[in-house]
Amino acid sequence: MKTLIKTLHAALLSTSLLAAAGAQAADVEVLHWWTAGGEARSVAELKKMLEAKGHKWKDFAVAGGGGENAMTVLKSRVVSGNPPTAAQIKGPSIQEWGAEGVLANMNDVAKAGNWDGLLPPVVANVMKYKGNYVAVPVNVHRVNWMWANPEVFKKAGVAIPKTWDEFPAAAEKLQKAGFIPVAHGGQPWQDFTVFESVVMGVGGPAFYKKALVDLDQASLKSPTMIKALETLQMVRKYIDKDAANRDWNLATAMVINGKAAMQFMGDWAKGEFSAAGKKPGKDYVCLPAPGTANGFTFNIDSLVMFTQKSADAKKGQQDLATAVMSPEFQEVFNLNKGSIPARQGMDLAKFDDCAKQSAADFTASAKSGGLVPSIAHQMAVPAATAGAIQDVVTQFFNSHTMTPKAAADKLALAAKVR
Amino acid sequence: MNATVLSSTTAPAARPARRCRWCDTLDAWLPKLVVAPTFVCSLVFVYGYILWTAVLSLTPSRLLPNYEFAGLAQYEALFDNERWWQALSNLAVFGGGFIVICLAVGLLLAVLLDQKIRAEGFIRSIYLYPMALSFIVTGTAWKWILNPEFGIEKLMHDWGFANFTFDWLIDPEWSIYTVIVAAVWQSSGFVMALFLAGLRGIDDSIIKAAQVDGASMPTIYRRIIIPSLRPVFFSSFMILAHIAVKSFDLVMALTNGGPGFSSDLPATFMYSFAFTRNQIGLGAASAMMMLMIVVAVIVPFMYSEMRRSRHG
Repeated sequence: MKTLIKTLHAALLSTSLLAAAGAQAADVEVLHWWTAGGEARSVAELKKMLEAKGHKWKDFAVAGGGGENAMTVLKSRVVSGNPPTAAQIKGPSIQEWGAEGVLANMNDVAKAGNWDGLLPPVVANVMKYKGNYVAVPVNVHRVNWMWANPEVFKKAGVAIPKTWDEFPAAAEKLQKAGFIPVAHGGQPWQDFTVFESVVMGVGGPAFYKKALVDLDQASLKSPTMIKALETLQMVRKYIDKDAANRDWNLATAMVINGKAAMQFMGDWAKGEFSAAGKKPGKDYVCLPAPGTANGFTFNIDSLVMFTQKSADAKKGQQDLATAVMSPEFQEVFNLNKGSIPARQGMDLAKFDDCAKQSAADFTASAKSGGLVPSIAHQMAVPAATAGAIQDVVTQFFNSHTMTPKAAADKLALAAKVR
Repeated sequence: MNATVLSSTTAPAARPARRCRWCDTLDAWLPKLVVAPTFVCSLVFVYGYILWTAVLSLTPSRLLPNYEFAGLAQYEALFDNERWWQALSNLAVFGGGFIVICLAVGLLLAVLLDQKIRAEGFIRSIYLYPMALSFIVTGTAWKWILNPEFGIEKLMHDWGFANFTFDWLIDPEWSIYTVIVAAVWQSSGFVMALFLAGLRGIDDSIIKAAQVDGASMPTIYRRIIIPSLRPVFFSSFMILAHIAVKSFDLVMALTNGGPGFSSDLPATFMYSFAFTRNQIGLGAASAMMMLMIVVAVIVPFMYSEMRRSRHG
């Protein structure tokens, strides 16, 4: 009996010791879906930085491209009162999570790190819930890019179009020369991506903001929107008929191997070009989509911080936020991912020309007011509204009968979905 | 533990009687005990969650469940949603086409196989084989076969039929029919097996009697064999109907609901609203409507079949 008690005692002691040891080194658990090649390397970098500060990194990767699986897991974790340290959430969803009252206030870290000075106000606002920082940005993707194969344009004897007015003539010549003018994948989000670049190109950034960010009813039904939809109809003529349900990277491959002339896609497409050993400026060019040189539709990934119970966990969370905003992490992460740092005023010597132009345009458009959130990538309006608008866009894009006027009316109706 | 303590302290003489009584109670309770876990599981995980979904459909839940009462607002929003109506009409087209064609093809194959042919076992396994594949595999394979860029259309072009077009997959008006094609390919072999079993169960003497009476083979099939397969029609219909209503993976793999949302079905609609658009309430409402559809189709059918069998 005595021995039993003794062993029990010992066991209890050792477990409590273990528990104490566990509490000292805070676990930093980050839910993300950066699981593919370059992205996974970027996360490994973050892990190294936190382990250098004595925290234990607990990887919580849930694969599945758009993060739908990850969100389902996250919801169950939060509902059960055991949220991870941080999770990869972006755009207006941050506000939706904020409204649930589960996010941590990061103002102290932000103040110490001068985030207000380092982030453009448009971006900082996305990271705040009711004026308090609750998230930290990791990168900036530009969505309104056009990726063109200059060789194809040379063979067809035509210049790369700079505006939507020049576009039909150029596309016509490309088609005559036997090329597919526009590489596209007929998936709703890709239709939506082209749509937002067209709206910005036709109406300008101010109109884009009014119609697709502020969801102004008059703008959505205005002649400008109808003209944008007519332009979209025109672009559709220059897409090959087999585009349905094609993945975006296959469309990019068509530009890479010279089958197609151009693609409208965010700067993650650059990874495909680099992987194929192509050089920017020589084998491919990156240009703002026609008519959008003074605009910048951004798609920013961010890590949202959840309220932690213990002081150690809080410390780990603050170190995580500081590490993510550090120039070292922002550089290495974005070099791997093809995007640009969210932090301003960094040395971009290691980045390629496309990234440099993106960074210059980012700063310039932040000043001119041309910096707007991308609606197609869930940055501009809540998921329900963006989904309803996407339904209309993709329906119009695939319909042979719907008129631009009818589509504009439907857009206005969809914008009322909350 | 208690039982052993008790038995070791009681007198040996009393043991057999006591034990036997214990056996009786055990005999009475054992079936219930064995079934209990399954019963509790289905009570909680099937009916409990149906109830929870019903509750959620009456709330304004968005990102996370929220238990304020919102009345029928989610149902109103659902019936205002054009995409939902598209999904419903697709379900009607898909469900109707899938069930009718599957039954027809399955019956035809079964009748042909039932002609006492050589290598029947081998042929039967070939027809049954698609059943072994998951709908995801079927969907992906048919996506490639039907793709005009490298599927049937290209094959015909390569053979010199330059004007041949077969582009249902990328035509919003026709995309839902490609789902029928793939689903029929997958399930008709299974229906064939059901019918074959039914055909084998028919009493040979009836057919022989009909032959003696001078009935021709088509008449025998039309008047005797097919009517006596009624229960098989019933069970095939039940199985196919529920496959049709809950169809999700096949559409996801084959068309991903596209082009646009032209081949959306209620199940894919529910998934995208509940899980990607933060509209759990609306998703729950659409799930309840799916349940209603199943109930509306199957309950009257089941009821009439039950009555029929009771009255003989």
